[in-house]
Amino acid sequence: MKPYLRDHVPTSFADVPDVISYEAGYLVTKNAGWRNVRPVIDAQKCVGCLNCYLYCPDGVIRRSKTKVAVDYDFCKGCGICQRICKTGAIKMEAEK
Amino acid sequence: MAVNAKTLNESEFFYGHKACAGCGGSLAVRIALKVLGENAVAVLPAGCMSAVGFNYPQLCFGNNAIISTFAGTASMLTGVEAGLRAQGITDFHAVGFAGDGGTADIGLQALSGAIDRNDDILYICYDNEAYMNTGIQKSSLTPFGARTTTTPAGKNIHGNLRPKKNMFEIVAAHGIPYAATASVGYLNDFMRKVEKAKSIKGTKYIHILAPCPTGWGIQTDETVDVAKEVVDCGLWYLAEYENGAFTLNHHPKQFSDAAAYLKRQSRFKHLTDEDIDVIIRSRNEKWDFIHKNFQIG
Repeated sequence: MKPYLRDHVPTSFADVPDVISYEAGYLVTKNAGWRNVRPVIDAQKCVGCLNCYLYCPDGVIRRSKTKVAVDYDFCKGCGICQRICKTGAIKMEAEK
Repeated sequence: MAVNAKTLNESEFFYGHKACAGCGGSLAVRIALKVLGENAVAVLPAGCMSAVGFNYPQLCFGNNAIISTFAGTASMLTGVEAGLRAQGITDFHAVGFAGDGGTADIGLQALSGAIDRNDDILYICYDNEAYMNTGIQKSSLTPFGARTTTTPAGKNIHGNLRPKKNMFEIVAAHGIPYAATASVGYLNDFMRKVEKAKSIKGTKYIHILAPCPTGWGIQTDETVDVAKEVVDCGLWYLAEYENGAFTLNHHPKQFSDAAAYLKRQSRFKHLTDEDIDVIIRSRNEKWDFIHKNFQIG
């Protein structure tokens, strides 16, 4: 199961589970604010080798109909995808 | 056929975590879990991957995962495996992810015990060559010459004085069913090894080198590049130990420039030409040993 964002953010003691375990894949915050640059994929140049998908430490590049797509909610802008891309299809653009 | 990017499980099991941008360790954990699938039960001791994965109420693992004591990764894996087996559950993989400190220093005794009992577990050490989570202190897997906060580089002492502990061969010396080294720069090799380990019964150990941009002093986009270069320049090697024999999986025809590899990282910036000579000499000695004792695959 892929961890995903939930609506409910526990804030009070009543929310804290009384067992020491908690629900798997429970995300309440995004990582988008971490980055200064964002990867932008040029679908014309992409050959679908999936190297960027494989080497992304955060797993934010997924396979899609237009070959690959980035989940900007969780991308930290490290730039590994740009460097690994053999066809130069990924450019890092400054966040505004 | 070996698993590759096209055949890899598309689901993510380590997602939304708080690791630094460009973290090599999180890449190793993510890929290993994708190969093992959702029935993997992960055990993580104190270290980067537990610090970035479990931030209540945020839980970044999509499969079962638990934090163990620092020293007890392997013993908790033993317990997880025995407990699930006692419940009649057979379709699972107990996998541990410990850092270099949690493996070679603090967790060595528990790991050695688990190998001795030959428990059916997979232990993966993501080696970023220092205690990065607590602020870059030297571990016994920190290489010679590396600057850390506990081995600072000054006029008289140039960083770490001791060579990297040979964890792979220490584990192999137990007569373990399967042990391997890997690098996040060569993920196809790593995925093949995890897949192989998955099918072997008994204790399995994989040692994966995972650069840390924060601790090594490299750019966040250089992680994979540096992890490739360390193999290409011969300072790390990709090998396996199985049925009592060592096999070298990747043989660089000609080593790339080791000095260039060292100098691109700020933790080695202070090294003199003599220090680099020491490193290259020990590399050559290591490779003489490999040529004598390993099958070249």
